[in-house]
Amino acid sequence: MSDLLIRGARVVDPSQGLDAQRDVLIRDGRIAAINDSGKGDKADRTLDAGGLVVAPGFVDVHIHLRYPGGDASETVETGTLAAAAGGFTSVFCMPNTNPTTDSPLIVRSIIDRAKEACGVRVYPVGAVTKGLSGTELVDFAAMKASGAGAFSDDGRPVATTDIMRRAMECTRELGAVILDHCEDLSLTGDGVMHEGPTAVRLGLAGIPRLSEAAFVMRDCALSLLTGARLHICHVSNAESVEVIRWYKSRGAPITAEVSPHHLTLTDEVVATGSNGRGSYDTHAKMKPPLCEESDRLALIAALEDGTLDCIATDHAPHSPASKSTLFDEAPFGILGMETAFPVCYTEFVASGRWKLPWLIERLTIAPARAVGIEAGTLRVGAPADLTILDLQGTHRFRESDLRSKSRNCPWIGADMKARIGATLVGGRTAFVHPDAAQLAPLSR
Amino acid sequence: MTTTAPPLSGRHLLQLEGLSAETITAMLDRADACVTASAAAETKPLPLSGRRLVNLFFENSTRTRTSFETAARRLGADVINFDLANSSVKKGESLLDTVRTIDAMQPDFIAIRHASAGAPAFIAAHTRASVINAGDGSHEHPTQALLDALTIRRRFGRLAGLRVSIVGDVLHSRVARSNIWCLCTLGASVTLAGPRAFVPESLAGFGGHSVRVAHDLASGIQGADVVMLLRMQLERMQKGLFPSLGEYHRLFGLTSERLDAHAPKAVVMHPGPFNRGVEISGELADSDRSLILTQVANGVPMRMAVLTVLDEARRAGR
Repeated sequence: MSDLLIRGARVVDPSQGLDAQRDVLIRDGRIAAINDSGKGDKADRTLDAGGLVVAPGFVDVHIHLRYPGGDASETVETGTLAAAAGGFTSVFCMPNTNPTTDSPLIVRSIIDRAKEACGVRVYPVGAVTKGLSGTELVDFAAMKASGAGAFSDDGRPVATTDIMRRAMECTRELGAVILDHCEDLSLTGDGVMHEGPTAVRLGLAGIPRLSEAAFVMRDCALSLLTGARLHICHVSNAESVEVIRWYKSRGAPITAEVSPHHLTLTDEVVATGSNGRGSYDTHAKMKPPLCEESDRLALIAALEDGTLDCIATDHAPHSPASKSTLFDEAPFGILGMETAFPVCYTEFVASGRWKLPWLIERLTIAPARAVGIEAGTLRVGAPADLTILDLQGTHRFRESDLRSKSRNCPWIGADMKARIGATLVGGRTAFVHPDAAQLAPLSR
Repeated sequence: MTTTAPPLSGRHLLQLEGLSAETITAMLDRADACVTASAAAETKPLPLSGRRLVNLFFENSTRTRTSFETAARRLGADVINFDLANSSVKKGESLLDTVRTIDAMQPDFIAIRHASAGAPAFIAAHTRASVINAGDGSHEHPTQALLDALTIRRRFGRLAGLRVSIVGDVLHSRVARSNIWCLCTLGASVTLAGPRAFVPESLAGFGGHSVRVAHDLASGIQGADVVMLLRMQLERMQKGLFPSLGEYHRLFGLTSERLDAHAPKAVVMHPGPFNRGVEISGELADSDRSLILTQVANGVPMRMAVLTVLDEARRAGR
């Protein structure tokens, strides 16, 4: 492979406290050097990246590729392309597939598919219980040996407390982490959105905050009991935040993620509609549901004080046909990877609340640490997984910017103050924005 | 009557939330005129001659469907009934496909009843017809609340300043939601009463109005001018929201005795069909304090008024 020199960009790598104009030299798919600009590094190809930002490729510990069995909404090919279009170079895909990702065979099948796709590193997440049944544990060691990056019954909770305890005893020995979807299904009942004034007004059945918080409490307690690493998925409300804060103060080995949509939207979007879609907007329907403004502010504060560790998208493609229906009949979930950085940058960095490196840390080294992978860094010798960010101007996010096979995105039509210019995995181009002329040399 | 009601701003009647007092009052005035005209057996040219109403009912409701049908025929419109409650259309065909099929018949009005909140809004986005919400899930049932307001106004001469108590499963009631919007907009004060599973605290202050909630019947109806009862569904008990219909009647069932004790001047209303001996005693339902049959009778003129006002809105929008 030829060498590539990315010259003159602002290089932001929180893993080594770097935020300065540098030249990045890539050789044999790895970071070979990061030097002061103009030091005179030479390479076969040189890219002038002046005015742009180079960051480590983002890590998303919570996405759905829908493979196997869900190719009406996503494939490994479209899903990894969506990842690259969002700046993500490592993704953890959830096992609520058809059939369930609960055997080494399916784990390997996903990995094989990913090799034929755009290059984004795919870590299949194995199920905790066979068929997500909540009753019979999978063969954790065999799954891990075949490449499972973590374990989860995401989409459903492990409803029986004893089964969850036994699962955590197994994963602790393997040094594996459980990505925990916390939900008391009996409290959720028929609920389709957050239980609050908006649900009351719209006549929709509500999901109380306690549906999530009760299981966060149970599983944090199990983490203390077993010593197993637990990562709480998509924390959505103030009550769950309080529980996590308390258990972290007790030393429970837990981490937690929050999604861009829970950081930026509230349940009122169901009534007002995202970008002119009108009331009962199915693009505002997901689990856990969007909660109230007080919850949103609590989530932001919790991410800022470290109670929540990282940002993960819960990218959940659903075909246009399945979302073009009545609110209570539509499936839960929205897309997230293509918009994660632009949305968070626009809302929190362009507004002056956060510094750019702080946001990038929560998309790179923080999630990488949560799941224990070597990623999210530009240290010399590391794989050249990086993304080039364009923070100039305003860009209206269009449906055509989506690379996912689905369209269930509440930010179509929103004005963003950032876009992903290009994404490289192992030094190879995985994505180049079609409008970024400066980056055209990266196109193969 | 020469009053010309201002047409609805849109061509649909999806909800009473957001409608102004002027708009609602104009529709009530129009309905009043229909009552008078009907009483005088006045024969007029048929204003909706050549128009077509499709009744698209995904849930069974003989009385609401019949009321729409009668109203439309009195105005000279054609009526097509689709009763889809037991049809394969309900599951096999997507709602979008069903709407496209109906729209191809070029109806002027679609009255829709559906078990899902928001179904009329969904349909309105995919048809050229005027959509009338005939009840969507737990969301709204605008024509029921309008005919209730008409009934109250014809009895008391006004709505402003009246004290109205709504008793029962408010949380799951589209009738209650439409009535709260309607009554509050027209200046009545509303109290909601029932067990906490049916009248949660979150209903207090509903929609920014000064709606009060009570969890016992006595304080819920104290001093009321109107007590509206809601139908208690057995299925709610079966889902474990409340112990039993008997327990409900013991705590919240309305009898003449209880009414005399707490709201001696009040009249009683019920959207029907009611359960004798559950939410209301048989003797009270049959007494002259009950307006239940008047409500049924007012359904036709109220829906005539809605159809004509929407027809004007359609023509104005052309």
